[in-house]
Amino acid sequence: MLVVERLCKRFGGFLAVNQVSFELRQGEILGLIGPNGSGKSTTFNLIAGNLRPSSGSIRLEGKEIAGLPAHQICHNGIGRTFQIPRPFRKLSLIENVTLAAYYGQSGAISRAEAYRRAAEALDMVGLPSDESTRTEGLGAAALKKLELARALATKPRLLLADESLGGLDRTEMERAADLLGSIRSKMGITIIWVEHIMGVLMRVVDRVIVLDHGEKIFEGAPAQAAVDPRVTEVYLGKPRA
Amino acid sequence: MDIYLLEAIINRILLGGVLALLALGLNLIFGVIDVVWIAYADIVMCGMYALYFLYAEYGVPLPVACLIAIIGVSILGVVVHLLIIAPVLNSPPLNQLLATGGLLFFLQSFATLLFGTDFRNIGVRLPILEFATMYISFARLIAFMVGLIGAVVLYLFLKRTYIGTAIRAIAQDRDIVGLMGVDQRRIYLVTSAIGGALAGLAACLLALQYDVHPFIGNTFGPVIFMICVLGGLGNMIGGFAASFIISQIIAIGGYYSNTEWSYVLAFTFFIVLMFIRPRGLFAR
Repeated sequence: MLVVERLCKRFGGFLAVNQVSFELRQGEILGLIGPNGSGKSTTFNLIAGNLRPSSGSIRLEGKEIAGLPAHQICHNGIGRTFQIPRPFRKLSLIENVTLAAYYGQSGAISRAEAYRRAAEALDMVGLPSDESTRTEGLGAAALKKLELARALATKPRLLLADESLGGLDRTEMERAADLLGSIRSKMGITIIWVEHIMGVLMRVVDRVIVLDHGEKIFEGAPAQAAVDPRVTEVYLGKPRA
Repeated sequence: MDIYLLEAIINRILLGGVLALLALGLNLIFGVIDVVWIAYADIVMCGMYALYFLYAEYGVPLPVACLIAIIGVSILGVVVHLLIIAPVLNSPPLNQLLATGGLLFFLQSFATLLFGTDFRNIGVRLPILEFATMYISFARLIAFMVGLIGAVVLYLFLKRTYIGTAIRAIAQDRDIVGLMGVDQRRIYLVTSAIGGALAGLAACLLALQYDVHPFIGNTFGPVIFMICVLGGLGNMIGGFAASFIISQIIAIGGYYSNTEWSYVLAFTFFIVLMFIRPRGLFAR
């Protein structure tokens, strides 16, 4: 479904993403992990169109999307959430999501259809779809759900979920992981999931890619990643001789 | 209360309605595009000239002339965005200020070249209303009411339409609206057109009360900026309220001394408040 080839992003003299290549299969949940500063969020920004790649290729179902503006990438079927939720606080909850439903696809849709899609997305994540719920004052878990609802309202085929568990308690984390699982199973959406909380991530993903200093150092099954010496070195440091 | 003071206050409230309209336009553009249009009042001057020539020179009926002037200034807003603003969108604020400041001098000089420095009046004579021994300008009353209607229409547009919702969203976080499929460039163009239309509407209302000349923008430009900064740049409700506060300071100052001193008082009030609340009276 998604083919990333030799993707690079340079900020001045700093190479944030270096020759990263991977493929994503339809219906898969791929975990993208690595320590802070390893290039995970930059990779997301490149795929979602927030940043233009310095070089390399990103193809979604055969179509080159590298360097397209974010709204066109959204129209091509890629939705994205943020690690730190960025709601439009002066818009109501339903306004936040209907905006995404209305503009999320290239063709025009009616107000009623946009509202129906927004209500459906809010229902999917377990948030109210009435007109009176305000965004200001929502807790961390609700804001994470709002991020997901906005992304789902654009009707994506590929969802980029950026640290959906951050700031949640144990029960909320399990629920959020289950929610990502059901987004795949019920809606057929392929997911790339960036996460720091390994225990929950490893339970849900089919495959993981590990980045370090902008380079891919591992790709394979979650169980293999847990015992791979390069991965453990990145997370725990080199063993003493 | 002294009847003459009350008369001055009422007349200034009425002028405040037009200033509020201009503050709304400027704040809308700044809030969404994040560039201060220093030449905004001079775009109003273009609208006043358009109305003058259409109505007074070519005899186009006033409502039609107003409509053409509003549409013309709206298109001018889009042209200004495409030619002046868009190329400097990612430049430092000083460069943006210089670009729009350059436009100000260009428009003033170009108008002088084309029309000379004569003061021109559209020649619409409206009566002065007498009410409880006070004299109220009918032209200002019309301008105030149309200004308020314009503000309400803008509010409903921003609140009830999806493009209005996108404008409000982009004013809050311009970096992520693209992820919801919103084309930022299109919203910028729509905002520039609305800002231009508000300037065009204000031009029609001001032309009822003032002569047009190439430097008429200097009469309103500094006051509008003061109002916008006082209300909090980009804060539309703050700008709306600040326009009436400044109008009243000018009215009361003018009553007790003269118009020149009233402006000194208003700008002193502004400077002192900037020390106390640098982000504006209504900033959160």
